[in-house]
Amino acid sequence: MITLAQLLTLSGVLFSLAVAGIFLNRKNVILLLMCVELLLLAANFNFIAFSRYLADVNGQVFVFFVLTVAAAESAIGLAILVVLFRERRSINVEDLNTLKG
Amino acid sequence: MLIQVLFYLFAAILVAAALGVITARNPVFSALALVVCFVTSAAIWLLVEAEFLAVVLVLVYVGAVMVLFLFVVMMLDIDLAELRRGFTRFAWLGWLTALAVIFEIVGVVWARGGLGIDASHGGTPNPANYSNTLELGRALYTRYAYPLELAAMLLLVAIIAAIALTMRRRVGLKYQDVSAQVAVKSSERLRIIKMEPDKRA
Repeated sequence: MITLAQLLTLSGVLFSLAVAGIFLNRKNVILLLMCVELLLLAANFNFIAFSRYLADVNGQVFVFFVLTVAAAESAIGLAILVVLFRERRSINVEDLNTLKG
Repeated sequence: MLIQVLFYLFAAILVAAALGVITARNPVFSALALVVCFVTSAAIWLLVEAEFLAVVLVLVYVGAVMVLFLFVVMMLDIDLAELRRGFTRFAWLGWLTALAVIFEIVGVVWARGGLGIDASHGGTPNPANYSNTLELGRALYTRYAYPLELAAMLLLVAIIAAIALTMRRRVGLKYQDVSAQVAVKSSERLRIIKMEPDKRA
């Protein structure tokens, strides 16, 4: 049987790998979006683990909503990315300095 | 016992694929490794009896979101060498942060009573006639009916926003405007002019 501690550890490892990915790929917007998806997946693991541990379906409802919001977020993020590439011919984060004060 | 073995196998694949996502040289490989991540996560969710969400993860994420990612990655002509430059500059900071986060979470989870609950068992398995989809649907359409509507609304807004952001009108492009064609009035097409009858000699 899979214990709560095992699932939480796996989710922690996944979360920290995604955080490391944000540090490593800090120039590439596409990779940053992918790392955010990994972060959300790790968070979902926690919800699923506790939903199973407490035998409560509400945690899974929350995962459902997180999936919805994450899908909307990646769709809009990629749309912004496409527009950005059309304007700048680049997706480097360091080129995004139009709004500097 | 079999479930334990499967769990460790899938966890190993998941962590390896996550490492692939963050270290791959090519964004296409990153996207494919992320697909592996989602599929393996779905398998683990099946092991902990979250069947509906496992299916949704494969359908929505692998079927739609990752295809969108791959499409964008392949459509854009990215200068990878420029993006890779300085890859290792803050790498030590990234790995240090990752190690710190792992250490903290693992410490809290595995310390005796760190969570204030007994985390060494995983809850009782569901009975044979239990339907995860039925229970989830029952919760979604009763207690969470309004949040569900809000989520649907959010997706609609996201669709409209994505289309509005990426739609581009090119000037000087010749195309058919059907609504203008249908709405046209005969007075705009036919001009009746008066002219003197031609007097022939």
